[in-house]
Amino acid sequence: MKTLAIKRNPAEAAQSYKGRRTGLGALFGKELADHLRSRRFLIIVILIYATCFASLYGALSGIESAVENDSNFIFLKLYTTTGNSIPSFMSFLALLGPFVGLVLGFDAINSERSSGTLNRLAAQPIYRDSIIIGKFLAGSVIIVIMVFSMGIAVGAVGVLCTGLVPEFEEVLRILVFFVLTCVYMAFWLGLSVFFSVICRHSATSAMAVIALWLFFTIFMSMVAKILAGAVYPISDQYEAVVNSLNNYTLELNLNRISPYYLYSEAVSTVMNPSVRTVNVVTMQQLDGAISGYLSFGQSLLLIWPHLTGMAALMLASFACSYVGFMRQEIR
Amino acid sequence: MGQNTQTMIRTVDLTKRYGEKTAVDHLNLTVQKGEIFGLLGPNGAGKTTTILMLLGLTEPTAGNAFILERDCTRNSIDVKRMVGYLPDNPGFYPDLTGRQNLWFTGRLNGLKEELIQERTQALLERVGMTKAADKKTATYSKGMKQRLGIADVLMKDPQIIIMDEPTLGLDPEGMRELLGLMRELAKEDGRTLLISSHQLYQVQQICDRVGIFVDGTLVACGKIDDLGKQVQQENRYLLELKVSPCDDRLLAAIQSQKGVETIGKEGETFLVQSRTDIRKPLTKYLGTNGYTILHMHQRGGDLDEIYRLYFEKAGQSDENIGNKTKSGRGRAVL
Repeated sequence: MKTLAIKRNPAEAAQSYKGRRTGLGALFGKELADHLRSRRFLIIVILIYATCFASLYGALSGIESAVENDSNFIFLKLYTTTGNSIPSFMSFLALLGPFVGLVLGFDAINSERSSGTLNRLAAQPIYRDSIIIGKFLAGSVIIVIMVFSMGIAVGAVGVLCTGLVPEFEEVLRILVFFVLTCVYMAFWLGLSVFFSVICRHSATSAMAVIALWLFFTIFMSMVAKILAGAVYPISDQYEAVVNSLNNYTLELNLNRISPYYLYSEAVSTVMNPSVRTVNVVTMQQLDGAISGYLSFGQSLLLIWPHLTGMAALMLASFACSYVGFMRQEIR
Repeated sequence: MGQNTQTMIRTVDLTKRYGEKTAVDHLNLTVQKGEIFGLLGPNGAGKTTTILMLLGLTEPTAGNAFILERDCTRNSIDVKRMVGYLPDNPGFYPDLTGRQNLWFTGRLNGLKEELIQERTQALLERVGMTKAADKKTATYSKGMKQRLGIADVLMKDPQIIIMDEPTLGLDPEGMRELLGLMRELAKEDGRTLLISSHQLYQVQQICDRVGIFVDGTLVACGKIDDLGKQVQQENRYLLELKVSPCDDRLLAAIQSQKGVETIGKEGETFLVQSRTDIRKPLTKYLGTNGYTILHMHQRGGDLDEIYRLYFEKAGQSDENIGNKTKSGRGRAVL
């Protein structure tokens, strides 16, 4: 007769339940393995690497003229220079970051739901939030691995091609750039996980994220311009005198709602030590200023609000998906 | 082992409302240790909702559910440690093999590596899946998924197993195996089984007790035999009769029998409703008057009939009952 050899040993059973977060580790490991093995992940890695090396190629061809203008912090220019009309590494990441987040998260919950694994999962003795935390963490770790490996690879190829040796400050700035990129992508991951919670079909959630991506990268600046123009019109010379400062400030602040703009602004500040300010500066304020580079600490200070803003956006997007998931009924 | 008095599942006025609709209405249910309890009802009667509340996956609007005296809503982690749940359509990660899927469940339950390996092997053997264990589950058939689902449920060695429509979509052979396995789980391992189903015939074969669920209320609960007797007492006898030759004289003859109330006709078959058992006098009459009895069957006592009558009581639509009776008849004749 077939019998199941299960020893009911209370001590052993008790020990196996010792960790309060049983399952989070298992879920995290499984999600990570799933991502790494999936074809989808392979596609985005190829895409992102291809564009990044294209941008590096552009930077290498354009770096000569860039150095003629300003011969300091040349290594950073590998990441920021555009050449041969190929966008820079930086702007590529700003554009494609949402895509990475989207691909890693758009079907996180609803695919489990539709394949019937979610209720089996939820019937295991794990806290329900472990499911969504595990997914978000695994996605974030993938993002971190990807950003750092890619950035370092681009830098390494740059070193080999140009013979430039990065200075310590440059390395620090690049690291901050990577961290910003990770937070930016994690925001999009959180957003796509959120849509995967509220949408029944993964296609719907993907469409929703793509719509937001297009809105923030393309249309937000137009909307900001129109709104600023409506609130502080500049149609004649008088209005221009009175309103132009307010108009510009409003437009800027509206733009900063968009994570895309926030990220681009922060990254161009930290990668460009000659950027001294992110807001409007009057001639009076500039009076007596010595032309020079900002130190690393000062650059960081300048983008601190951006970093906290982006981290807050990321956490908010994740919190929404968390709450949404916890309140949902699993059947 | 001998004590069958330990209460495993207990619900107290368990209620769930979705807006206007009441899915489960003041459900009071107890299931004892080692029992196979069948939760019967048509689709949308609230069976799945009840199960979800027992597992703490859905919050009741009012009332409580307890499993081994632990509150299912507040203490759902403890409850889920003791309860194995097989959903009506168990899904597995298609890119993982059967073995990997089981391993993952083991990990989620916080089991140790050696224990997982040991159990996986034993369970795969038990459900007869050793050959397909290293294939991806995307290639599995419905029956294989069901068997893997059972292995998956047993991974945590639960005291209570809840199955939602386990017989749905299985072929007769798969069904027979599944029912055998269920019986084994209850009688040999001493586990408690709660099975929800709308397929009465299968459930009848293995359940110790059944609860009939209509529109969120439990209209009857007890042993199938008891329910059958109750039905026959409350209601008249219903006789299926098929006779050759089938002429007008026959109709009058049946009508004249003592206790006959109504006579209906379903195709070639008469349906005779009476207050008493008329089989004996009727057979005698038919025999002496040169009729041949082709088919004679006293309805009632089987679950179909019980089900139908409780449906009637709960005020289901006539059409629904007609369908039920027909499908029941089809099976009986076959």
